[in-house]
Amino acid sequence: MIATRDAYGEVLAELGGENDKIVVLDADLSGSTKTGVFAKKFPNRFFNMGIAEANMVGTAAGLASVGKIPFLSTFAIFAAGRGWEQIRQALAYPKANVKVVATHGGVTVGEDGGSHQSVEDVAIMRAIPNMTVIVPADGEETKGAIRAAAAHKGPVYVRLGRNKVPSVFPAGHKFEIGKGVVVVPGTDLTFITTGLMTAQAVIAAEKLKAEGISARVLHIGTIKPLDKELVEEAARETGAVITAEEHSVVGGLGGAVAEFLGETCPTLMKRVGVYDRFGTSGKSDELLKYFGLNAETLIEEAREIVSRKK
Amino acid sequence: MKEKIADLEEKARRLRVAIVKTLHKSQSGHTGGSLSAIDMVCALYFNKMRHNPQEPTWDGRDRFVLSKGHAAPALYVTLAECGYFPSEDLMMLRRLGSHLQGHPDSKGTPGVDVCTGSLGQGLSMANGMALGLKLDGKDNRVYAVLGDGELQEGQVWEAAMAAAHYKSDNLCALIDSNGLQIDGDVSKVMNVSSISDKFKAFGWNVIEIDGHDMGQIIAALDAAEAHKGAPTAIVAKTVKGKGVHLFENKASYHGVTPNDEELPEALKCLGCFD
Repeated sequence: MIATRDAYGEVLAELGGENDKIVVLDADLSGSTKTGVFAKKFPNRFFNMGIAEANMVGTAAGLASVGKIPFLSTFAIFAAGRGWEQIRQALAYPKANVKVVATHGGVTVGEDGGSHQSVEDVAIMRAIPNMTVIVPADGEETKGAIRAAAAHKGPVYVRLGRNKVPSVFPAGHKFEIGKGVVVVPGTDLTFITTGLMTAQAVIAAEKLKAEGISARVLHIGTIKPLDKELVEEAARETGAVITAEEHSVVGGLGGAVAEFLGETCPTLMKRVGVYDRFGTSGKSDELLKYFGLNAETLIEEAREIVSRKK
Repeated sequence: MKEKIADLEEKARRLRVAIVKTLHKSQSGHTGGSLSAIDMVCALYFNKMRHNPQEPTWDGRDRFVLSKGHAAPALYVTLAECGYFPSEDLMMLRRLGSHLQGHPDSKGTPGVDVCTGSLGQGLSMANGMALGLKLDGKDNRVYAVLGDGELQEGQVWEAAMAAAHYKSDNLCALIDSNGLQIDGDVSKVMNVSSISDKFKAFGWNVIEIDGHDMGQIIAALDAAEAHKGAPTAIVAKTVKGKGVHLFENKASYHGVTPNDEELPEALKCLGCFD
């Protein structure tokens, strides 16, 4: 169990030692986003921009323009929300080589409440041309994703979480941008999942097996570009798809899969996520249950969709 | 010195002619703010900045950010005059398929380093460049041209705070203070004065000039370079539409181009009789 933000802090500091073009910007949250690890090791390549996210994005664009590889971090709500137009104009439009790594995505932000729980960031980042959008499942995938983002030329949005999450991938797991991973094989339906919901889908698939339901788990670490090949294969081979994400069902992974399958291979589908509402204060595990973001919901939805297939 | 100033003034006159002709051809674009900024842009490209039109991405170049991106015609005619691309390209401004987009686009136009046009973002980019150049131990300088109406954007002041905090003395902002914006007088739409006091309060070195006096412009640019420990803001009083009486001090010519009737008179004002 490790929080994806902790994995980020660790790998970012490693990368800093390997490539002196990497610079890091934060907006007064370096302790929480874990960019502080890098800051301690490479103070001259770390820029605290204060509580001013719009300027942070523009500054990163300028740094990229003179050959640096900037990573900028703050909470997802402030990175994607406050900085949206700056990300569009200063990063995506010119294809600036800047990595936006947003932590504290989704409802597991917890007690801070709905104001701080970003359930829209993946949707609004995905809508911007030239953007790559990544949501890792666990710490190991985060390390691979951050390394891949650093190696990728162009703007990338990576969404990380606050809390410790179960491991899905083994140490040394190789992350490739745009490639999904079949974590559990199956034939009756497919859970297409991202972020912390992949671990829940693995639990659900295991329990469903006892009921004679064979559920495939397809983890989508890159929401954009979507791995259309594996999504279509899952739809064709299993005939039923349940997407799951710690995000609004509007415009995120569920939206991306629905848009794609609707045009290529209409399939029985259910989107599990936050149903067009804001978050609320509470403990993060309570909130996951409150919003139905757990294996129990996935099991119920799997039974339902399999019955609809008949 | 006198000769240098006279040369630059003649250059600026020719660039004004090119702006008017370009905008007459495109029938879309921003006349007033291009003509108010052109003397400063001219002084930067033909007197101050280190750059190489034959190698637009030359590592040793100073950087230019047109934060008030709607003055793109001023930048485009200057880049063409320098030889970054053929002057004929100007006749394709804002046309489908042209690299000369309505607002500067670094992806297509040689000599343009960042995308601007959404106001308030350029100073942040310029300071990012300044920080990166310093990190590499380079003595290159970064220049950003902003409008006075643009100063209403809060991000400008975030950037001003950050540039002073990081002592970006390789950064120089030029404020094209023509006093007008789309809806009218800047002072009536949303008063930004005193611009100088605001930048001073944020920790900047401030120089006030007449933005059409070539001698004052080049002296201010030299003084900005000599000033260490803080970024410099050159607050330049300018006239929107400068050089063509038909357009001068008229907010209505912010985003309106010369029509067929106005063109001969406009060119005559600029001493162009071809």
